[in-house]
Amino acid sequence: MIEVKNLKKSFKDGENTTEVLKGIDFMAESGDFIAIMGRSGAGKSTLLYQMSLLDEPTSGDINIDEVNVLALSTGERTSFRLSKLGYVFQDYALLPEMSALENVALPLLMQNISEKKAYAKAIEHLTLVGLGQRLNNLPGQLSGGEQQRVSIARAIAHEPKILFADEPTANLDNESSRIIMDIFKKLHSEGQTIIMVTHEVEYSKYAERIIHLDNGKIISDEKV
Amino acid sequence: MFSSLNIRIGFFLAKRQIRRSSLWTTILIIFVMFFTFLNLVVVSGILVGLLQGAINAVRTHYTSDVIISSLNNKTYIENSPEIINIIKSLPQVESMSARYLEGGTLEANYKTRTNEKEKPNVAAASIYGIDPVAENNVTEISKFIVEGEYLSPGDYDQILLGAYLDKKYMDFDYPGFTALENVKPGIKVRLTVNGVEREVTIKGIIKAKVDQLSMGVFMIDSQLRSIIGRNDYNVDEISIKLKPGADPAMVRDILKKNGVDKVAKVQTYIDAQPKFIKDMVATFSLLGNMLSSIGLVVASITIFIVIFINAITRRKFIGILKGIGIDESAIEISYILQSFFYAFCGSVVGVIVLYGFLEPWMTAHPIDFSFSDGILVAPISGTMLRIGLLMVTTIIAGFIPARLVVRKNTLDSILGRN
Repeated sequence: MIEVKNLKKSFKDGENTTEVLKGIDFMAESGDFIAIMGRSGAGKSTLLYQMSLLDEPTSGDINIDEVNVLALSTGERTSFRLSKLGYVFQDYALLPEMSALENVALPLLMQNISEKKAYAKAIEHLTLVGLGQRLNNLPGQLSGGEQQRVSIARAIAHEPKILFADEPTANLDNESSRIIMDIFKKLHSEGQTIIMVTHEVEYSKYAERIIHLDNGKIISDEKV
Repeated sequence: MFSSLNIRIGFFLAKRQIRRSSLWTTILIIFVMFFTFLNLVVVSGILVGLLQGAINAVRTHYTSDVIISSLNNKTYIENSPEIINIIKSLPQVESMSARYLEGGTLEANYKTRTNEKEKPNVAAASIYGIDPVAENNVTEISKFIVEGEYLSPGDYDQILLGAYLDKKYMDFDYPGFTALENVKPGIKVRLTVNGVEREVTIKGIIKAKVDQLSMGVFMIDSQLRSIIGRNDYNVDEISIKLKPGADPAMVRDILKKNGVDKVAKVQTYIDAQPKFIKDMVATFSLLGNMLSSIGLVVASITIFIVIFINAITRRKFIGILKGIGIDESAIEISYILQSFFYAFCGSVVGVIVLYGFLEPWMTAHPIDFSFSDGILVAPISGTMLRIGLLMVTTIIAGFIPARLVVRKNTLDSILGRN
């Protein structure tokens, strides 16, 4: 379903070039729940950004559903992200001027779904993450955990092939983190493919496969 | 770019951004756009209105809606009584005033001047013979009497003196023009027309921002007629005031069809305007447009800065929008719509203030310029054109900064990297 071949990413700062990913080879099947772990600077978030098409690698290939996504134009990548990928950001990344409902409905509207259907679907997914009573609250009126749940609802409302999560519990307390991970667990049990970056061992245990990165390379890839 | 889906999403985003943005910021931007609109319309409107005030004054207080005057090669209007009868038969005509007009001189110190070598205090003037009631019905000149009284039908050997012929009102000198000294109502002066001398009494001084009034001398028509010896009742000018709503051009054409143009010039008040006035209107209009275009540049810079700051501070959210799959064009359209909203609101407020308050107020209280009562000229067509210009300018000014920010790398925007 997702195949990463010899993926490299380096950053230039004047004369200096820092190689963050040094040739990653990796494959995930539909329905996998993978946790990518590693110490700070290991390259785990960078790998996630490349796979989720938020960034462009220096070299290598990424195939998702047999589509060479790196060959897509900017507009095609945006469309691909919209239809196939979901993204849960570490800092929730909600749009502050939109209510929880509007935040979730927006990507659905972009898929040319009617407003009525988009809102119905958004309500369904917000209810799924336990926020059926907070539909019209602005992000600023929600706790961190609630905001992250809105972010998850937004990421899954359009039923993406792959859900990417970048340190989804990093800014949350234990209780909120547990709620978030329980949602991921439930989504996975329903067949959702999830690729999650985390540095917390406790939450990596929710995944069925853990990939360890160090210094831009995979040092272990094991099933739990 | 402007697909219906992108416009729909752009509208969705713009609506929420505007709705949830700071009320005071929104008011401030609309306020700026409002003043930009006023700058666009009012600057040129006042410049043109400066002249329009003068044009209106000449129309209201001298030519009226249609004026008939003698042909260039004739000294008076032939068959005047017949023409007057035609005019009176027209249903569009409210009132009319027939005038006799001759050049003449006035001498103020002829009684006190004992020495032949002493310079006579003489002023040359146009002498108008009028029916005071008919004239006042057409041109309302009685309201310009600043000293003494207006003429009455039975007045004999009495005149109204234009203020510029009185030295105390003529506070400037220009070559070839002299004014009378030590004159006031009740003073006798010597009037000379075509070599005929008459001692007349100044009954009143008339002062208006219409040169024909302020530089003329007015007396009862029958008296001037007797002085110039015109016994056929042929007059020199006929001013025609039309009923409200009547078209001067139509009345002019009717008079021409009746053959009046064979013996006289038949002109609407617009036809009668000197060419230099028309040139000045065009020049002032151009000048106004040039000044307005500076306002337009200021407006576009303002909107550019507002949208640029908005887009820069929202760069992270623009990155998120792109990250979750929102088309770049939809995001750009949202900023275009925001610019449009600010320009539209500013224009709407501007139109309300302009036509609801400013224009009627300035018509009722014209600016007292030395040569005219300046009004605000803001025709709807010109205003619409300027609104269109403002819209286009602000839309471009909103689009450019949005595009600059939207085109940045998605991840860099989300992470706040440069």
